[in-house]
Amino acid sequence: MFSRVYRAAITLPPLVWVALFLLVPYLLMFCYSFWSVSESGAIVHSWNLDNYRELLTKPVYWQTLLRSMWIAARVTFFSMLLGYPLAYFLSFYAGGRKDLYYQLVIIPLWVSYLVRAYAWKTILGTDGVLNTLLQYVHLTSHPLDFLLYSPFAVVLTLTHIYTPFTFLPIYASLEHIPRNLVEASHDLGATPAQTFWRVIFPLSIPGVLAGATFAFVLSLGDFLAPLLLGGPSGIMISNIVVSLFGAAYNWPLGAAISLCMLALVLALIFLSERLEKKWSFS
Amino acid sequence: MKNPRLLTLHALAVFSFLYLPIAVLILYSFNGQGVGGFPPHDLTVNWYRILFNDGPIWDSVLNSLLVAAAAMLIALVFGIPAALALDRAQFPGKALFRRLVLLPLILPGIITGLSLLMLFRVADMKLSLLTITLGHGTALISVATTEVFAGLQKLNRAQEEASLDLGATYWQTFWRITVPNLKLSIIGAALLIFTLSMDEIAVSFFLIGRDNTLPLEIWGRLRRGITPEINAISTIIFMFSLIAIIFWYRLRTKSELSREIAAGLADAANEC
Repeated sequence: MFSRVYRAAITLPPLVWVALFLLVPYLLMFCYSFWSVSESGAIVHSWNLDNYRELLTKPVYWQTLLRSMWIAARVTFFSMLLGYPLAYFLSFYAGGRKDLYYQLVIIPLWVSYLVRAYAWKTILGTDGVLNTLLQYVHLTSHPLDFLLYSPFAVVLTLTHIYTPFTFLPIYASLEHIPRNLVEASHDLGATPAQTFWRVIFPLSIPGVLAGATFAFVLSLGDFLAPLLLGGPSGIMISNIVVSLFGAAYNWPLGAAISLCMLALVLALIFLSERLEKKWSFS
Repeated sequence: MKNPRLLTLHALAVFSFLYLPIAVLILYSFNGQGVGGFPPHDLTVNWYRILFNDGPIWDSVLNSLLVAAAAMLIALVFGIPAALALDRAQFPGKALFRRLVLLPLILPGIITGLSLLMLFRVADMKLSLLTITLGHGTALISVATTEVFAGLQKLNRAQEEASLDLGATYWQTFWRITVPNLKLSIIGAALLIFTLSMDEIAVSFFLIGRDNTLPLEIWGRLRRGITPEINAISTIIFMFSLIAIIFWYRLRTKSELSREIAAGLADAANEC
């Protein structure tokens, strides 16, 4: 029913824009990763694998990458631990208050990421709210200094930020479960535990995968929370990239790391989509 | 997991965890003694007074509003056709196009920001609010496209067909049938894009020129030290966001309500 002109008119403008501002930049990043920097700081457009060789041979890069993945894994785990039961509660037990509770989970998302990270900084610092509270009630006599500037602070903050993100897809998949399946399971004599593990949980796996991918990928690439709350032991891979693009001024090496991150992220998305398809209810 | 009481307790704990920092943030914007220190002392609105006389902050708020409005426009102008194209056009590379459009939604901001930085470097473009706007607009096409695409799945094509059959041009049909039917998705997308752009920092971080957006202005101040002024401006922005959510929520429930009433009337008519 739609003419060729109409189809061209809706396709071409976004196609051109996306090619120019998404495809070309990714390709440029790819090119940069094979270039190098001269002594004088100019980009040398000669193609070689030196950047990738450096990434493989210098332990600092893959150690930081591993640490970032470990931080991201913990964030994902804790976001699930908080998000899944909450989604389950809302979907199955909240009754008429469901919409209200749902909005209550969404609202913190409207507080800027930076502001929430900053709020945690004011809570965890040595003169922060938590330490002064603990001293006020005489639980400790001197401030606990391991709270801020540690991987713990980064994991806590990122968990706070990504819990609503993991909640959303899980809640959506729980809401899609036909309630008569649950009733049938009860009627056929399954205990509530059996119904949960054999009916509800398997059907919610697509949501779990989507939420986990979100939390893992976005926290893996984070550089602001580590800068603000991480301290030296909380440095993540993106912080290295930021410094390579800034003070250290080695764009090609930074591009190589970014490209590795991009590849890792795409692989994860691909994997989670595969698994999602396998588990999706049809 | 099986016990609703345990689940209720858990939900209560998660809500406390989610709201604790926000409560602290708001409370300490009224604290005379600065940020931190329990219990709060000398409640005051002094920080708000300082804030209202703080030129650079309000400049950055204005910059952020401009960027958000322009980014919203870009994202809608390209995101709506992109959703239409994904819904109703076949072309080579469609699968790749879909992926590319949606990628910034899941990609860490640093990758989007840096790849655009390289583009602007190669194109010899000076970094400014314009480059930030292009970055936000491009990244947020994904939001416009997903929202509008979801709306299109509920749209009844017969109306568009009827309009075309009755001699309306595509342009007329688009403005008189397609857009009004997608109104809610478009307004929802616009609100979401606007707030996301106002808050955005990871992409802006790399594309910033001389003028700061609000998150970057806050970022710059955080590096120098923390003052309750930041709590105050955050509280104000939060309140505005809340108003936007309530506005959006009422708009949606109202139209859903009217749709339900219409459906009910139709049912009643059928039964007669």
